[in-house]
Amino acid sequence: MKLYEYESKQIFAKYGIPVPRGFVLERGADIKELLKKHGIEPPVAIKSQVLVGGRGKAGGIKIAKTVEDAARIAEELFNKPIKGLLPKVLLVEEAVPHEAELYASITMDRARRRPVVLVSRLGGVDIEEIAKEKPEEIHRAYIDPWIGLRGYMARGLGKKLGLSGKRLQVFEKILLAMYQIFVDYDGDLVEINPLAVTSDGLVALDAKIIIDDNALFRHPEIAKRDPAETGEYTELEAKAQRLGFAFVELDGDVGIIGNGAGLTMATMDLVYERGGKPANFLDIGGGASAERVKEALKILYEFPKAKVIFMNIFGGITRCDEVARGIVAAIKEVGQKKPIIVRLTGTNEEEGRKILQEAGLEAFIDPVEAADKAIQLARER
Amino acid sequence: MAILIDRDTRVIVQGITGKEGSFHTKLMLDYGTKVVAGVTPGKGGREVHGVPVYDTVEEAVKNHGADASIVFVPARFAPDAVYEAIDAGLKLVVVITEHIPVHDTMRFVNYAKSKGTVIIGPNCPGIIVPGRIKIGIMPVSPFKPGNVAVISRSGTLTYEVAAAMTREGIGQSVAIGIGGDPIVGLDFVEALEMLEKDPETKAVVMIGEIGGDMEERVAAMYREGRFTKPIVAYIAGRTAPPGKRMGHAGAIISMGTGAYQDKVEALRKAGIPVAKMPYDIPKLLKEVL
Repeated sequence: MKLYEYESKQIFAKYGIPVPRGFVLERGADIKELLKKHGIEPPVAIKSQVLVGGRGKAGGIKIAKTVEDAARIAEELFNKPIKGLLPKVLLVEEAVPHEAELYASITMDRARRRPVVLVSRLGGVDIEEIAKEKPEEIHRAYIDPWIGLRGYMARGLGKKLGLSGKRLQVFEKILLAMYQIFVDYDGDLVEINPLAVTSDGLVALDAKIIIDDNALFRHPEIAKRDPAETGEYTELEAKAQRLGFAFVELDGDVGIIGNGAGLTMATMDLVYERGGKPANFLDIGGGASAERVKEALKILYEFPKAKVIFMNIFGGITRCDEVARGIVAAIKEVGQKKPIIVRLTGTNEEEGRKILQEAGLEAFIDPVEAADKAIQLARER
Repeated sequence: MAILIDRDTRVIVQGITGKEGSFHTKLMLDYGTKVVAGVTPGKGGREVHGVPVYDTVEEAVKNHGADASIVFVPARFAPDAVYEAIDAGLKLVVVITEHIPVHDTMRFVNYAKSKGTVIIGPNCPGIIVPGRIKIGIMPVSPFKPGNVAVISRSGTLTYEVAAAMTREGIGQSVAIGIGGDPIVGLDFVEALEMLEKDPETKAVVMIGEIGGDMEERVAAMYREGRFTKPIVAYIAGRTAPPGKRMGHAGAIISMGTGAYQDKVEALRKAGIPVAKMPYDIPKLLKEVL
């Protein structure tokens, strides 16, 4: 789960990472008064608090040179959707004059199974671009989780960025704090980009913390946000997420439901390989109950792009009889709004097949045959 | 002896009194797995399908002797269960549980390594040596004894591929679902190191998916001659869009790595054929066997 910049900066400040002086501006609040109250004088940066990337390029960050300017810009940003999302609040900060912009982040290295610190002197741009075009400009340190990030490692990275003196000390302090945040908050990512080099130190101009979704139970203090707030999901995707489904919309017309992420992806690929176009990814997960299967079907009922529904089930921890019961329940409750092509095999498959037959549904055994049938039906509709 | 486990492996089920733990204990027993004890804190003294239940792994090991455990414990408590198994001296821990925080997994995987314990998973179907033993949740009908190993990041796809192989008369020496999380214990490279030395394995099927660079590392290993038996691969996620998490926490194309094309290209360049559909794998296998 991605945190807002202002939330991330509040955490940064708590851990001693220098951030610009500023405040959160609520809709309807008087920015002039707040500037005065906080003793902040223009120029100030006013930043739309939305969770989408590329906010700057989309016009969500503006500099105000006067107090009047600030009031006008705040009004403008509150009403300006950034990639479809309106901010609930703005972040108003003192502009920080700086000489250079660095990059620093901590994430999990999958292959080495440990945290990795990434730094670069080419801050302010997308790190993926640097990784592609100037990989030699990214410096890494892999962290043994039982030892943690040590000061000498942080200083070593700072030296590689050309830092010395007080800046090097501040850099070490910042990296150590970032690592502590990464650990304390179950970070998928803790990132500062850019990290501004000022005349007397370093300041985090932006802040990004992403918390591992699986670890949110450990962080009740962090307000849960609705998936729709992230701007990464369509309305139906957000709805499916609220129900706990992994659902991704694609552009084709064959609706896909599978059990298990691998099989669901392979089912999309199978439809593609057989000349059809998958409409979505929808995984009912392991051990799905009849109730879950019913809910999953209802999602695709609501998804206009899916003209047919192709369910590919290979029972393991998922039981075929439960799946069959869910399909029958869905049809009983809301009718069969679209053709459902079921391929069913694995744990309790005979029972599942029997339940479907009694409800007048055919169950395929061969997935390729089932896919061809689904593609054909989608074409006919 | 197959790799990691065999007929005589003695298994403890952690979380045996839960719905899934109990259900799969029965299925493992039916398959001939020596499930010698179960553990659920606070429920010691009971029996599940005739298997005695203990409060701690230590007691279970002391009373029955055990080599391996399988963990069905819910995500919040699963890390504790894994540490308990490692500290009780078990050499293999199969973690079925899904949704374990990645920081926890990262720590227990590193701890296990330092103690010489192999972790399979989390978020995995487990391991089966067809005809002998299974420590996992896989249905058994797709599998039959043979000499091709299957290693996979996906559960259901493993069953799918094994069933297709079995239909074509190609049995499996072992099948391992390594798990769908970003960080797992046993990975493809380590599994292949074991399979290289396994006389019962003549070839390997690798079922990968988008995300991470594990398949690319296998390609490098193969190219450099560190694995010398034939490999046939399938990669799921050809039609998956970048930046979207495809169900598995680990199945995401990000930071410029993990794309389908990159994996397929790396494998093909190394001389590993890649099937377009899981159902094409038996055909490719027949060409290399």
